[in-house]
Amino acid sequence: MSGKPRLHYVNARGRMEPIRWLLAAAGVEVYGDLLFQQVPMVEIDGMKMVQTRAILSYIAGKYNLYGKDLKERALIDMYVEGLADLNELITSNFFQPADKKEEHLATVMDKATTRYFPVYEKVLKGHGQDFLVGNKLSRADVQLLEIILLVEESKPDILAKFPLLQSFKAKTSNIPNIKKFLQPGSQRKLPIQEKDIPRLMQIFH
Amino acid sequence: MAGKPKLHYTCGRGKMESIRWLLAAAGVEFEEQFIETNEHLEKLRNGGSLLFQQVPLVEIDGMKMVQTRAILNYIAGKYNLYGKDLKERAWIDMYVEGTTDLMGMIMQLPLQSAEMREKNLALIIERAKTRYFPVYEKALKDHGHDYLVGNKFSWADIQLLEAILMVEECKPDILSAFPQLQAFKGRISNIPTIKKFLQPGSQRKPPADDKYIANRGKCCLTSVRFHFPQLLLKYL
Repeated sequence: MSGKPRLHYVNARGRMEPIRWLLAAAGVEVYGDLLFQQVPMVEIDGMKMVQTRAILSYIAGKYNLYGKDLKERALIDMYVEGLADLNELITSNFFQPADKKEEHLATVMDKATTRYFPVYEKVLKGHGQDFLVGNKLSRADVQLLEIILLVEESKPDILAKFPLLQSFKAKTSNIPNIKKFLQPGSQRKLPIQEKDIPRLMQIFH
Repeated sequence: MAGKPKLHYTCGRGKMESIRWLLAAAGVEFEEQFIETNEHLEKLRNGGSLLFQQVPLVEIDGMKMVQTRAILNYIAGKYNLYGKDLKERAWIDMYVEGTTDLMGMIMQLPLQSAEMREKNLALIIERAKTRYFPVYEKALKDHGHDYLVGNKFSWADIQLLEAILMVEECKPDILSAFPQLQAFKGRISNIPTIKKFLQPGSQRKPPADDKYIANRGKCCLTSVRFHFPQLLLKYL
């Protein structure tokens, strides 16, 4: 068995996507299949890991993307949990009834621009560094980029009022591992399509 | 800045309860400031204390920490309840996420209609018996140690006990088919800091259900009834 981490999930974004991003950012090659158990499941370093947060924390710790001490970790955790909340809000839109979708999406975009993005804009402004924590790439930066791109899929001009997030997006996208992940042919998954929803509902229900 | 951690939340369990458990188990004294009105919450927000405009908020070691998991991670790390290396941490995280999922289901019950509550209660009990508790029962059986991870007391043990007691509040005999968990419950409940926390008069909060509300427990009762559902809905 190869030493590469192996991802078990459905062939879609969902809860595996942040994991793909983090592994890609760390430059870790993976291979995956469509086998379904309790998912996401990642076989890594002899463990069969489940639970998204546990998996992300392990990868971040292993590849030095989790700060240098407890306090940096604390900041990273706060930022990451905020992004997870926003991510949850966005993905929940797919499962809203058709007549509520538009209104729900508008609420989500409003939260993005009034509750979440201002926080990260302010953090970057406060220290003037390229990365959110400790002047070094961490999982918080990887996940912030992931979420920015996700929100832009619904509203391309979402960063109009956030100049620092715009330059953050550009700089972080240019990090070689991330740049590679953003190119076609990588393991990054496409947005959930309307047509996928019945299949996903069936699997996850 | 020395001084006790200060917890800001409603006078109820919600998302703060696991934090209370962890601090108590670690033997850390803490203060609480109860949010009883929307004005109080707005004041916290306007004062810039809440990073994402939400509680829980814990002031600790000069930080204003928000996000339940971030707070729990920090406390566990600080008080050596998070394993000795990355792999032990991974196991603790997996175990903790499981109990968090289970307790999260129970937390929703007071907010639901009587009909939904009954349905979900049955689901919770089924999940506890077939999806969650078997995992911990097996872990303890396989290694035969007193604690879940690394033969040492950790956050995973504290949260498992919390979850067991919470499910028992729904169904007192839930552990009947789980002898390892019964013994585990006995052992962990007897750890001095935890024993103290389990006694009346501690900072442990009662469940927010109709029975509690009818009996008029110790603190800010009408606030719990009025504000807890609102706040939970907003901040979950």
